[in-house]
Amino acid sequence: MLTITFLKAFLVGGAICFAGQMIINLTHLTNGKLLVLFLVAGAILEGFGLYSKLIEFAGAGASVPISGFGCTLVKGAVEATREEGVLGALTGGLSKCALGIATAIVSGYIIALIFRPHTKKN
Amino acid sequence: MKEPITKSNYKEYVFEVSPKSSHLKNLFWAFTVGGTICAIGQGFIELYKYLGVEAELASALASATLVVITALLTGVGVYDKLGRFAGAGSTIPITGFSNAVVSPALEFRSEGYIYGLGAKMFLIAGPVIVNGVFFSVFIALLVMLFGG
Repeated sequence: MLTITFLKAFLVGGAICFAGQMIINLTHLTNGKLLVLFLVAGAILEGFGLYSKLIEFAGAGASVPISGFGCTLVKGAVEATREEGVLGALTGGLSKCALGIATAIVSGYIIALIFRPHTKKN
Repeated sequence: MKEPITKSNYKEYVFEVSPKSSHLKNLFWAFTVGGTICAIGQGFIELYKYLGVEAELASALASATLVVITALLTGVGVYDKLGRFAGAGSTIPITGFSNAVVSPALEFRSEGYIYGLGAKMFLIAGPVIVNGVFFSVFIALLVMLFGG
């Protein structure tokens, strides 16, 4: 059973990245734009309640890609609007993503203090 | 006479002269590396669940763990090497977001802690968070208005 869980995560996560690479190959989109594109795609899909279903199926295969981040934002915002109304739409998304964002900022800060930048060699 | 360089034909020019790496090879590595990162994430989810963490938090913790690991790998310069051949496979997972935060923080620390590290850290993460928040608020309001 566990093997299938890992296989699903690998295949779905791989497929999402495959789609992203396809877009890069065809359009030469920059990384930042690609991230925003997938984030918004995940957010819109979750607006229809679809992306959560993909996460239920594929676990980390759907939650680890940046589209999962978009999904979490919308999920948090939608859940909070059910309890608090309009105010929830503004507070719910970021509260749910706070762990990820704060972790990225804090670890980024610490790493920047410890390490030196690597000169790019070609 | 060569025609003058405009914004649009410059883009075409760059497209033409930039090295053509094999598309199939790119796709293969994006799939394999992206899939592997997600499978590692699944490993952390299973680990946290095993330790008794509730499913949704386990998933968030697993992503946060990947963020920390990537920050370290970016610090020692390994993640950027991975990115050179994995392309979208290393960009799209949450690890790519972490790399996009840590990498400019590291690079621009020399320009000071406020406008260097503090500002440049959000070079790519900024647009991601701005768009994410904007669309999520908008979508949540739509869902509230039109049921769901």
